[in-house]
Amino acid sequence: MCGNEALAEAAIIAGVDAYFGYPITPQNEITAYMSKRMPEEGRVFVQSESELAAINMVFGASATGKRTMTTSSSPGISLMQEGISYLSGAELPAVVVNVMRGGPGLGNIAPSQGDYFQATRGGGHGDYRTITLGPSSVQELADCMSLAFDLADQYRMTVVVLADGFLGQMMEPVVLDKKPRRKLPPKDWALTGAEGREQNIVRSLWLGEGVLEELNYKLQAKYEQVQKNEVICEEYEVDDAEIVVVAYGIAARIVRSAVNKAREEGIKAGWIRPITLWPFPTKQINRAAEELRIFLTVEMSCGQMVEDVKLAVAGKAPVLFYGRAGGSVPSVDEVLERIRQLTIPANKQKVKSKK
Amino acid sequence: MKTVFTRTATLKDCPTHYCPGCGHGIAHRLIAEAIDELGIRGRTIGIAPVGCAVLAYDYLDVDMIEVAHGRAPAVATGMKRTNPDKIIFSYQGDGDLAAIGTAEIIHAAHRAEQLTVVFINNAVFGMTGGQMAPTTVLGQVTATTQKGREAIGEGYPLQICELLAVLPGAIYIERCSVYNPAQVRKTKKAIKHAFELQVNGAEGLSLVEVLSPCPTYWRMTPAKAMEWIEKEMTKTFPLGCLKSFELTK
Amino acid sequence: MTSNDFYEEVIIAGFGGQGIILAGKALAQTAMKAGKEVTHMPSYGAEVRGGTSNCMVVIADEPIASPLVSQPNSVIVMNKASLNKFAGRIKSGGLLVMNSSLIDNKPELANTIEVLAVPADDIAAELGNPKAANMVALGAYLQKRQIFSPDAAAESLPDVLAKRYHKTLPVNTEALRRGGQFAKK
Repeated sequence: MCGNEALAEAAIIAGVDAYFGYPITPQNEITAYMSKRMPEEGRVFVQSESELAAINMVFGASATGKRTMTTSSSPGISLMQEGISYLSGAELPAVVVNVMRGGPGLGNIAPSQGDYFQATRGGGHGDYRTITLGPSSVQELADCMSLAFDLADQYRMTVVVLADGFLGQMMEPVVLDKKPRRKLPPKDWALTGAEGREQNIVRSLWLGEGVLEELNYKLQAKYEQVQKNEVICEEYEVDDAEIVVVAYGIAARIVRSAVNKAREEGIKAGWIRPITLWPFPTKQINRAAEELRIFLTVEMSCGQMVEDVKLAVAGKAPVLFYGRAGGSVPSVDEVLERIRQLTIPANKQKVKSKK
Repeated sequence: MKTVFTRTATLKDCPTHYCPGCGHGIAHRLIAEAIDELGIRGRTIGIAPVGCAVLAYDYLDVDMIEVAHGRAPAVATGMKRTNPDKIIFSYQGDGDLAAIGTAEIIHAAHRAEQLTVVFINNAVFGMTGGQMAPTTVLGQVTATTQKGREAIGEGYPLQICELLAVLPGAIYIERCSVYNPAQVRKTKKAIKHAFELQVNGAEGLSLVEVLSPCPTYWRMTPAKAMEWIEKEMTKTFPLGCLKSFELTK
Repeated sequence: MTSNDFYEEVIIAGFGGQGIILAGKALAQTAMKAGKEVTHMPSYGAEVRGGTSNCMVVIADEPIASPLVSQPNSVIVMNKASLNKFAGRIKSGGLLVMNSSLIDNKPELANTIEVLAVPADDIAAELGNPKAANMVALGAYLQKRQIFSPDAAAESLPDVLAKRYHKTLPVNTEALRRGGQFAKK
């Protein structure tokens, strides 16, 4: 199965009640797959007239307490930002998959990680966050769908699954199984008709003096809980490493190969792979920076996650960056060469003294 | 003493924030009456627009949601598709439905969504301070058409009912007004019918446009505003049923 | 990962409509059924017919880190443009399978690289379905590499071929075998 189909089926297994989407490359397999499978399951599929409409259909379905999702790629996700801001203001759960492509503008349809800022900083207007997952294999992409729905329901937040064209198109063996759901709070806020109870209102407009400020503090408290409880990241050979490469998603797969090769050459290299991009594994990276190591961040962008790595390292160690942009993918050899260069004793000293 | 007139249950017992002479209050009451008469309060979900009626949930005692400007028909689609047993209505103004949300209303109608839409046309943007709406009539002075609206450059008044009536997925389209008691009764009948169609599972979208006064930004007295609807506004927006749908009993 | 583990990186390339992606999927599916780790990454573009098309397949014993192939062990090219683009990337000691029906020139490659010229289109035409050239080339590759048999690939075809094309299963199976036989010569 390709990543796009795997995530779609995984969403069905996770109990998605309704899917709304608008075709855009490189995620068209999802809309096509859902158009066939959702009606088979007696669930809802609507091809919307735009991404703007799709995210608002999600808004509507979510407000009635249903598990719902949409998928798109970069330009379409930009259009959805209005809806994601409203979802966040109204505290409605939703899952949004972004199969990233090259930008800015119409860009191209090649794989990219250029939407990291958009996803991890909120993306739309206002003070809010979206939980952002960055899987790096088809299996993990599938696995993170049930996690995404659980997180969305538990925290009443939008969860962005940040994939890219590579992951979406790539085929790998995948095992799809039903994961046990977390214990989730009841959706007593949902709009189900006010039969026998007071009306429920879902809203994001708060005009009264200080009311919106209170709401914002409430949101922030919730976000702190997410940061405390939900960080996931993976580490490899960090303990004795003199260079730690940080990457997520498909770039992390390339980094893994490069680090393996570097180890074969006797270079003490390791890697850290954030799986949750927000909340970011700040503590884990900060801990790794206790030793004076060199950090290299590798991304398919001009350098976005590297800012979070720098914040996490907090000046304790040098943080360098290697990336390819506009839909280009760094090769294993390119990354390996950077690792080699940075670990030549003369360069190592230079880098460390500049930190 | 015999009670001859009372507040209907779904209309909350509170003063509204609307200006004196505004039509929203009448429209709210008509919707509340229709809901109560059909006995559907417990399974109705309403959608408030962005505009003067954004706080409609403070006045209508049903489950309600407030949505982004113009997106009500998309939100309604998400609700109705996942909850076919619920009655979903959107309440939208002319900026919301006829400007920023044109795509959403046309496509909801085009997909024959089973929804009830109450479209309040007061020919002006009220909430933001009386700017031109797509439905502003030619020659009408607004904050952004200070010499009166001209067709070339500022556009012709957008006739939403006529536009939607040609779509097969729109099954019931009627334009009404509230400029006198007889018209109010007609509007009530139309709104109730639009709900009834959904209750009975009629396959398509129903929309009732209500020509409604905005004395504040028309710079008129409430009485004069009512007269202006009858004499002027109906020239551009003729009243009547553009598309009917009879329920087979 | 130790360097003794099996690790095969393949690029299959041609023009759109030659069944490049299908050949890659068939190879990946065969590898998966044989219990190997595998990744398959298609190029994807706005083109549906014509244009260029390629895919990368990695087959290994251990979990695969990078699915991106820059220096393949093996390359299968179905047209000239792909030969020019990919042949130079082959690792020393690698294999080039080329469709000699559409490629008349002899590529200039290091002599450590084995070249197998298969008249894939001609063989497919003999079988009565010119579209099966992809399977002829894949069969030749499999025979040469001795990883899986052409018959094993034929068995995984029903999984990757859309149902509406299942009537072509016999001719594709035959094409895989004929490719294999050609490579044996």
